[in-house]
Amino acid sequence: MSLETQGRAWQEYSKGLWRENPIFAMVLGMCPTLAVTNSAINALAMGLATTFVLVGSSTLISLLRNHIPKQVRISTFIVVIATFVTVADYTLEAIAYDIHKELGAFIALIVVNCIILGRQEAFASKNTVFYSIMDALGMGSGFTFALLLLGSSREILGSGSLFGIDLFGPHYEPWVIMILPPGGFIMLGLILLGFNALGEWRQRLRDETRTGEAA
Amino acid sequence: MSVELEGSKQAEPSAFRLVGTLGLAGLVSGFAIVGIYVATLPKITANKKAALQHAIFEVVPGAAHTQALRLSDEGRMVPDPEEEAPAVYAAYDESGAFAGYAIPAKGPGFQDTIALIFGYRPAEHAITGLRVLESRETPGLGDKIVKDQAFVEQWGKLRFDPSAAPPVLELVKGKASNPHQVEAITGATISSRSVTKIVNKALAERTPQLPEPGSEPPLAGGGGEQR
Repeated sequence: MSLETQGRAWQEYSKGLWRENPIFAMVLGMCPTLAVTNSAINALAMGLATTFVLVGSSTLISLLRNHIPKQVRISTFIVVIATFVTVADYTLEAIAYDIHKELGAFIALIVVNCIILGRQEAFASKNTVFYSIMDALGMGSGFTFALLLLGSSREILGSGSLFGIDLFGPHYEPWVIMILPPGGFIMLGLILLGFNALGEWRQRLRDETRTGEAA
Repeated sequence: MSVELEGSKQAEPSAFRLVGTLGLAGLVSGFAIVGIYVATLPKITANKKAALQHAIFEVVPGAAHTQALRLSDEGRMVPDPEEEAPAVYAAYDESGAFAGYAIPAKGPGFQDTIALIFGYRPAEHAITGLRVLESRETPGLGDKIVKDQAFVEQWGKLRFDPSAAPPVLELVKGKASNPHQVEAITGATISSRSVTKIVNKALAERTPQLPEPGSEPPLAGGGGEQR
């Protein structure tokens, strides 16, 4: 693998983590983001299931990209995505029955998560398999990371625990609103605020360095 | 020029090719879905059964074996060794003596159907335990019917008077003063009421169908599920 390929692969991967993070930067896939992040374990399972579907679909779509007529591409993408979602659904029910019960309909709803169809249309259908996988892995990791951040903070505040482990003892009065739907909106808003503030601060830092260099 | 030619060629693939692509995608997808369904079915069935089995052992203290019963055409509970339509589970202790029934029941909750199972000993008219199997109650409030220890544990000590007019169990706010009273959870009154209603309804329906105390169906020889 040449240095250039390596560099581009890293770029395709890392953009999903931060710069083009599906939740923090593109604000896509809000339905599972708000619905299943009431505990860290649910967020993690949802993130991993979505990553699996994303990587599988991107690989296949990228492999077949020259054979799918563009008039039927969206329908073909949906068939491919729906198949991977069904596989993920049954697999999860077989290996992690309790988590599957908790996530309920939201696993099946990965089909309509616009992050996945979006990546097929914007990336996998135009790029080689290797870069498509890197892109899908990056977006999946970014999505999982964002869900986990949201899920952990909501579980800590709303249930006083993390991954089901009690953190504060019996005298902690849980802030129940945080694990209810409004808590999802409040927490997501706060995290988006923090994310944008951080981005702005980094931008200013970069500008200052440049001005300093110019002078 | 060549770009244009390629563009016009791609813009108009034959209808056959379009249908063929989608048909092939559907066919492959169909095989993949059926494949994963068949591959995971035994494990999923086993998971469901294990979850149910675990719940039965929890609601009937001392249970070590179970046997499914179904409703016969005469309206009585009879052994259902094939588990075709299990309606009630009879539980037996280590020695094979009858320990109690586990009765599954369903009913409307605050948001969605609540499915639960409770233990019942007809001789003493006693509820011996209760577990919620499926629910989508509000996290943090309604889901206390699953997570609130005090609420769950009180179901292990309930007794009712069989001669009283149904519903035999009564939901109360605050302290229960009678063995047939269920203490509602503060902040989850509707979910608590749903659970009580479901149990009352199931008791009214099932108790007349159960065999007379003392004539419970014996544990099928060597059969039944073991702990």
